[in-house]
Amino acid sequence: MAAKAFQKIFTKITQITKATCSLKATGIGYDELASVNGKLAQVVKIIGDEVTLQVFSGTEGIPTDAEVVFMGKAPALKVGDQLVGRFFNAYGESIDGGPAPEGKEVEIGGPSVNPVRRKQPSELIATGIAGIDLNNTLVTGQKIPFFADPDQPFNQVMAMVALRAESDKIILGGMGMTNDDYLFFKNTFSNAGALDRIISFINTTEDPSVERILIPDMALTAAEYFAVEKHEKVLVLLTDMTNYADALAIVSNRMDQIPSKDSMPGSLYSDLAKIYEKAVQFPDGGSITIIAVTTLSGGDITHAVPDNTGYITEGQLYLRRDSDIGKVIVDPFRSLSRLKQLVTGKKTREDHPQVMNAAIRLYADAANAKTKMENGFDLTDYDSRTLAFAKAYSDKLLAIDVNLNTTEMLDVAWDLFATHFTTAEVNIKQNLVDKYWKNK
Amino acid sequence: MATKGVVKGIVSNLVTVEVNDAVSQNEICYISVGGTQLMSEVIKVIGKNAYVQVFESTRGMRVGDEAVFKGHMLEVTLGPGMLSRNYDGLQNDLDKMQGVFLKRGEYTYPLQDEDLWEFKPVAKVGDCVMAGDWLGEVDENHQPHKIMVPFVFEGTFTIKSVVGEGQYRVIDTIAVLTDETGHDVNVNMVQKWPVKRAITCYKAKPRPFKLLKTGVRTMDTLNPIVEGGTGFIPGPFGTGKTVMQHAISKQAEADIVIIAACGERANEVVEIFAEFPHLDDPHTGRKLMERTIIIANTSNMPVAAREASVYTAMTIAEYYRSMGLKVLLMADSTSRWAQALREMSNRLEELPGPDAFPMDLSAVVANFYARAGYVELNNGKTGSVTFIGTVSPAGGNLKEPVTENTKKVARCFYALEQDRADRKRYPAINPIDSYSKYLEYPEFQAYIAEHISPTWINKVNEIKTRMLRGKEISEQINILGDDGVPVEYHEIYWKSELIDFVILQQDAFDDVDAISPLERQEYMLDKVVDICHTNFDFDNFNEVSDFFKKLINVFKQMNYSEFESANFEQFNTEIFTLLQTHVKK
Repeated sequence: MAAKAFQKIFTKITQITKATCSLKATGIGYDELASVNGKLAQVVKIIGDEVTLQVFSGTEGIPTDAEVVFMGKAPALKVGDQLVGRFFNAYGESIDGGPAPEGKEVEIGGPSVNPVRRKQPSELIATGIAGIDLNNTLVTGQKIPFFADPDQPFNQVMAMVALRAESDKIILGGMGMTNDDYLFFKNTFSNAGALDRIISFINTTEDPSVERILIPDMALTAAEYFAVEKHEKVLVLLTDMTNYADALAIVSNRMDQIPSKDSMPGSLYSDLAKIYEKAVQFPDGGSITIIAVTTLSGGDITHAVPDNTGYITEGQLYLRRDSDIGKVIVDPFRSLSRLKQLVTGKKTREDHPQVMNAAIRLYADAANAKTKMENGFDLTDYDSRTLAFAKAYSDKLLAIDVNLNTTEMLDVAWDLFATHFTTAEVNIKQNLVDKYWKNK
Repeated sequence: MATKGVVKGIVSNLVTVEVNDAVSQNEICYISVGGTQLMSEVIKVIGKNAYVQVFESTRGMRVGDEAVFKGHMLEVTLGPGMLSRNYDGLQNDLDKMQGVFLKRGEYTYPLQDEDLWEFKPVAKVGDCVMAGDWLGEVDENHQPHKIMVPFVFEGTFTIKSVVGEGQYRVIDTIAVLTDETGHDVNVNMVQKWPVKRAITCYKAKPRPFKLLKTGVRTMDTLNPIVEGGTGFIPGPFGTGKTVMQHAISKQAEADIVIIAACGERANEVVEIFAEFPHLDDPHTGRKLMERTIIIANTSNMPVAAREASVYTAMTIAEYYRSMGLKVLLMADSTSRWAQALREMSNRLEELPGPDAFPMDLSAVVANFYARAGYVELNNGKTGSVTFIGTVSPAGGNLKEPVTENTKKVARCFYALEQDRADRKRYPAINPIDSYSKYLEYPEFQAYIAEHISPTWINKVNEIKTRMLRGKEISEQINILGDDGVPVEYHEIYWKSELIDFVILQQDAFDDVDAISPLERQEYMLDKVVDICHTNFDFDNFNEVSDFFKKLINVFKQMNYSEFESANFEQFNTEIFTLLQTHVKK
C-alpha cells in the first residue's frame, strides 16, 4: 500500500494478542483505520502514546517490525449509483472482479436520525406470502427478524421476500454465510434479472469472523445513501445476525471485557439497536426496511441474542415445517408484526383485521382438537371441521410458496370459512359477513 | 479561571483527561475534537487524571485534544415553555436541531428566550421568601406555571420589588430579592438545577394516600397506584408493555405527563409524536400534547446520555411538583438505563456484581425511586410526582438484578405475563403476582372509604382471593379432569373467570372500553361481586361453563357500551334474565 502525505507510518509493535496489537504512536484519532502488514485494523484503545489496534483478519504472521500505516479516517464506503449490481466484502472492496467503487466517501456507522425528523411508517410492503402479508403485514421503515433454526430455509424465504417486495433497492448483508448460500443468492438474483437493484456485502465462513462486524454498517451506509439522497425505498437483508453477535463476543473477550448473559458483551443491546434503528421512514418517501435472520440454538428465544433482538425489533417471524401438508409455513401463533395495525384495514381491504383474527382463532381451535385427537379423545363435528380447515388454511395461505395479493388472500380466507363453518362460528362483525360471505 | 485538561487516553466513550487544577465528581466538561465541542461528565478521578464519559461518539478524538471544565454538574434549564416539547436526554430541543441526522456536538436551548408570557405576581414587596416559594405565575398551556425563587438560593430573602401584571420574556427580571446580608439579586423566569440532585424545597413528604385514577381497571380496582406513588411494569417483549404505558400516559388524571423514552424504539416515540397532538385529554378536553413533555433518548442515541435522560425527566417532574401540580413520570425502560450503567462500569474496570451490573445498582435504583413522592410545599399546597417505570427483564426472567432491585423499592408491581399475553388476555397483568402496597396503607383505606365506599377494599381483597382460588382449582381440573372435581369447584372456577373477563381484561383499542371511569368500575365490581355471592344450581360441569360463557359474553358487550346508555341497560336486563335460569331458588 503506497503511503500518502497524510498517512503516518510506524514499524515498532510492542504487543500482539490473537486479535489486537499495540504500538507507540502519537496523533492518532480514535476509531481510525490502519493497515498492519497490509491487514486492515482499527483503533480501539488509546492510553497515552500506546495505541491498541484490532486487526480484523487476525494477527497471524504479524511480526513486531510490521509496517503500520494509519489512514487518518474511520472505516468508510464510497457510495454512488455504481454500487448497484455489485458484490463487495466487509471492507467495501469488490469481490466480483469488477472495478473498485468510486464516489463520495462516507464513514460507516454514522449518526442517528433525529426522532422528530422521522415519519410514522404507513406503507405496506407486499411479499405475496400470506403468512406475512395477511397475518404479519410488513411496513416500510420496519425492522423485523426471522427467528429460525439453522436447518430452516430462511435464506430461501428471504431471497423470495426480497425479489417479490416492491422496493427500489435491495441490499444484502451476509455475515458468516456459507459459500454455497452466497452462490445461492448470487444465482437467484441473477436468474431473476434483479441484479440492477441489488447490492451485496458478503462475509463468508471462509473469511475471518471479526470482519463480520463491519458488514451491517457497510450495508446500512449504502442504504442511507439511496434512502436519504435518492428518496428510494430500500430493503436491507441481514443474515445472520447471530454470527454478528458472536463476532462481537470474540472481540470483547479478546479485549478482556467482562461478559454478561450467555458470554455476550454487556453492550450487546446497544450494539444491535444501533444497527436495527437505522430502519426509518422519511417524510419525503425514502425508507429503510430491515429484514434480518437470527438463528436460534434449539429454538431458545431466551438466549441473549434473540432476547435483545426481540426488545429492539418490531416483531419477529417464525418458520415451521407443517407435517400435515409437508411444507414450510410462517407460524401464525408466535410470529408478530408490531406495525401491522398501521396498514391492515387501512391500506388493505376493510375486512383484513377481522378475517386475520378469525382465521388464527379457528386455527388455534384446530390445534386444541389435534391435541384431543392425539390423546385419544373423541372429536366433535366442530373439531373435525376445524382440522379440515387448518389443513386447507396451511396449504392455501400459510405455506411460503403461496403468491397472492392481499385481496386474493382475503377472498381465499372467506372461501375457507364458508366451506368449513357457519357464520356464527366464524364470529366476524355482521356487516362484513353480509358483504363478503360466500354462500356454499 | 476554568480548569482545563488534555486528553490522555480513549476507550470508546470513556476518556482520560489530565487536568491542571481542581475538578469535582460529575463536573461537566467539553472536549474539543476537530473544532466540535463534545459534552462529557467526570465519573472518576485518580490523581491528575479525570475519567470522563463522553455523551457522544468519540470517533476521531486524539491524545492531546483539549478539555474545558465548566465548574458545574449536568444541569437542566427550568422555566415556562417546556410543555409539549421534545427533548433528548440532555434536554436539547430536538425540533430546533438542523438536518435529518443528529449532529455530534450540536446542543440546542430548551426554552424560547423571545416568547412573551403573561405574568401575574402572587408575592408582594416585603414578603419573606425562601427557595421554591412562589413569586408569580404565567399560563403555560392552561397550567398555572409558578415562577419560583430559584432552588439554589440558600437562606431567606425579602422581596424588594416585583413587576406588575404584564408580558415578559423568560429572561426579563421579574423580581429583586434582598438576602440576609443586604445584597440584591435579580430573579427572572429561568433557573438551573443539577439533575442528579433531588429538589427538596418542600416542608414535608408524607405517605401518599390519594388514588391516581388511570381508567385501567386492573390498576385502579385491583392494584391502585396513588398520587406520588411508585410502580413498575416488568414484562418480556410482546406482552403489551408499551400499550400499557401509552394507555396510562393518555388517561391518568395528572396535570403534567412526562414520558422518558429511555433506550427504546424510535418508532414508538414517533407514534407519540404522531398521535398525542391529535388526542384529547379525557379530563380537560384539550390536546394531550399540551400537558406532555417527551424526553427521547432512543436506543441508537449515545449510551451515556441515556443514563442522564431519566434524571433529566425526574428533575423536570420535581420542578412542576414544586408548583403544586400532579405530575406523572413514565420511564420506558429502566433496564436500558441500568444497561448504560453497566457499560460504563465495565469500561471503568470495576468489579462486577450480578449479571455484570455495577455493585451499587440497587442503591442507584433506590435513590431514583425515592425522588418520586407526594409533598407538602412551604405554602401548605401539595404536589406529587408519580413514577412508573418499565423493566425489560432478559429472557423474561424476573429473577434478574434490575427487576429484583426495583421490586425492593417500588410500591406497586404490575407483572406482565407471557402466558396471559399468549392467550390474548390483555392487559396481560398477572392478577396473583402483582400487588399494590398502598392497599395496606391506613391513610389510603380511609381515603377510599370516604371517596368510594367503606366496603371497597374488602371487595377488592375478595376478588383477589377468588382469583387465587380459581387458579388452584384450574390446576386441579387439569390434573384430575373435568369430572374429577365436584360441580361446585367448576362454579368457583368460572366465577374467577368472570372476574378476569369483566374486570381485569380491557380493550385498549376500543374507544369506550379503553378508559373506565371510577364510577363505572365501582358499578361493575359491585355487580360482579354480587354474582360471586349468588348460589347457583347446576346439574353438571357443562352447564356451568355454558352458563358462564353466555354471561361473560353479555358482560363484554356491556363493557363495550357507553355507561348507563340504552344499550348498557339492555345488557343489564339480559344479565338479569340469564341469572334467573340458574339461581338457586
